[in-house]
Amino acid sequence: MGFLHQRRGLAPYLLLAPGMLWLAAFFLVPLGFLVYQSLQSGNIDFGYAFTWAWGNYWSAIKGYRGEFERSFEYAGLATVIALVVSYPVAYWIAFRGGRWKNLLLLFIVAPFFVTYLIRTLAWETILSDHGFVVRLLTDIHLVSPGGRVLATGTAVVAGITYNFLPFMALPLYVSLEQIDQSLVEAAGDLYASKWIAFLRVTFPLSLPGVVAGTLLTFIPAAGDFINAQLLGSPTSHMIGNVINSKFNELIDYPAAAAMSFILMAIILGMVLLYARAVGTEKLTG
Amino acid sequence: MTAVTPVADGAPATAEYDIRLIGLTKRFDDVVAVDNISLDIDRGHFFALLGPSGCGKTTTLRMIGGFEEPSEGRIELGGVDVARLPPYKRDVNTVFQSYALFPHLSIFENVAFGLKRRGIKGGDLRKRVGDALELVGLAGLDRRKPRQLSGGQQQRIALARALVNRPRVLLLDEPLGALDLKLRKEMQLELKRIQHEVGITFVHVTHDQEEAMTMADRIVIMNGGHIEQVGEPSELYEQPRTPFVAGFLGVSNLLSGTIVGDDRVKLQDGTEVRVPTAALAGRQGNVQIGVRPEKLRIGGGEENSLSGTVAESAYIGVSTQYILDTPAGPVTVYVQNDRLGAQVANGERLTLGWSPDCTFVVDAQEDT
Repeated sequence: MGFLHQRRGLAPYLLLAPGMLWLAAFFLVPLGFLVYQSLQSGNIDFGYAFTWAWGNYWSAIKGYRGEFERSFEYAGLATVIALVVSYPVAYWIAFRGGRWKNLLLLFIVAPFFVTYLIRTLAWETILSDHGFVVRLLTDIHLVSPGGRVLATGTAVVAGITYNFLPFMALPLYVSLEQIDQSLVEAAGDLYASKWIAFLRVTFPLSLPGVVAGTLLTFIPAAGDFINAQLLGSPTSHMIGNVINSKFNELIDYPAAAAMSFILMAIILGMVLLYARAVGTEKLTG
Repeated sequence: MTAVTPVADGAPATAEYDIRLIGLTKRFDDVVAVDNISLDIDRGHFFALLGPSGCGKTTTLRMIGGFEEPSEGRIELGGVDVARLPPYKRDVNTVFQSYALFPHLSIFENVAFGLKRRGIKGGDLRKRVGDALELVGLAGLDRRKPRQLSGGQQQRIALARALVNRPRVLLLDEPLGALDLKLRKEMQLELKRIQHEVGITFVHVTHDQEEAMTMADRIVIMNGGHIEQVGEPSELYEQPRTPFVAGFLGVSNLLSGTIVGDDRVKLQDGTEVRVPTAALAGRQGNVQIGVRPEKLRIGGGEENSLSGTVAESAYIGVSTQYILDTPAGPVTVYVQNDRLGAQVANGERLTLGWSPDCTFVVDAQEDT
């Protein structure tokens, strides 16, 4: 009996152990190493040494404030656009999709069958100076003659929006699909027009999906560098581009580590503020 | 199939109807869910729409509520056709089967939902919500969320949320289905009390005949998309007009026969029985006569009688149930156990007697 009892007491820990070990080995340890490296000084030729080099942080903030701000601006814009575009789509599939639901969802996920890099390169072609998008936009006077879309911030935001759209649409779909239609009927029964029923019942009940979707879009978007690299220009570079070049080209590990850490800290802070503003229970439904 | 269009009988021509259904039909693709029904529901009554699943009772209710658009026909609410109006423009409120309480809103906000849409605010709003919660016996729970309440409490909140708007008609879609038996019995009496207190017309959909009999003033029995019979519970039980009603409400003995006079029917074995003259009005040829098992007496002394042998018996305390084989067909009889040692053994021969007044007549079985 004692043995059985002991076994049951251990079970939760045994079940948690693989995940915890994974997180410890591949997240906590590297994170510690990141912090350690961010406080080193030196260079690749003479080696790096741990010197409590807080200066790495100050110079990252002072030197690349614009890139930091741009990262959050682009990620924020892309998140808002993705939300506005995805919500009606997810709504329509959830409530009007009928037997086509699964096929329609497959369409949303379909771009994932192509590599991220290839998809972004395709956008380079789509937005190129002689492509049909620029021609159309020129024709309707949204782009001045000879103007470009590629190599602008607009192209970067468009690329990010496109690439992260499924991360927004799928959680939205899941939360909308779970809404009991009799609640919408009940709102109509209680004198709410379709629009009021949406505002007072459907939308509030879909908030878990909105929160999940915005986080899943915003967090990776803020750290992205592929879109800015392929679709943007140096004036539309994001902090991800800087970290990439510090790490891969300049081999300045401490600076790259410090920037990564700052990026992470800011995102974490924003997520916490966001979670507090909308209520954490929205995250779990 | 004949179009049955019963109208609440006995109501004077000047009676005020809350709802009139006229030739109402609903088709889903090829399936006719509701087949050309007409019905008057008078003010202040507790109406039950009763029938087996798939009989069209819920579809009828949903058409009155505005959740399904009729394929044909009119729905008059206080004399105005509302068949094409959306739910939010109809003066009816619904208690949903699953309650459909808004999970993200407090109990107060749930009950206040309809009033707020109608622009009621402040002290008036608080008072009316408070009164409604008191009516259902749940005052003081207004800050809770629906998930913090028991099933029975949620049911009451759903009732309060609908009644607080003082609609012309309250629609109830099997509201007690999810409750356990004891709670269901309690709520049946509670609903009846509340209906008397507020005086609003209730239209209650159920498949439970006992529930309908307990609560309703009038019952509409539906089957296969049409109305079988409308009447008071006792009327439907004592004088069912169709074999379906006779079988759906309680147990009936139905025996085939042929009309041989103004008030006489000859059963298959040649026995002649007398039935009320009114029951045969307008009928001819083959019919079935019906007697409820508790109306049969062992021994003679009644005008109608039939003999047979006991094939099966079941002692159930307050009474004993026998099934007799008679030349006219099997007959079930309930005998009150008012004396000790009065049991009859299987195989014994018995004569059953019953009064012509307790006999009803329904259409002959087409083929079995």
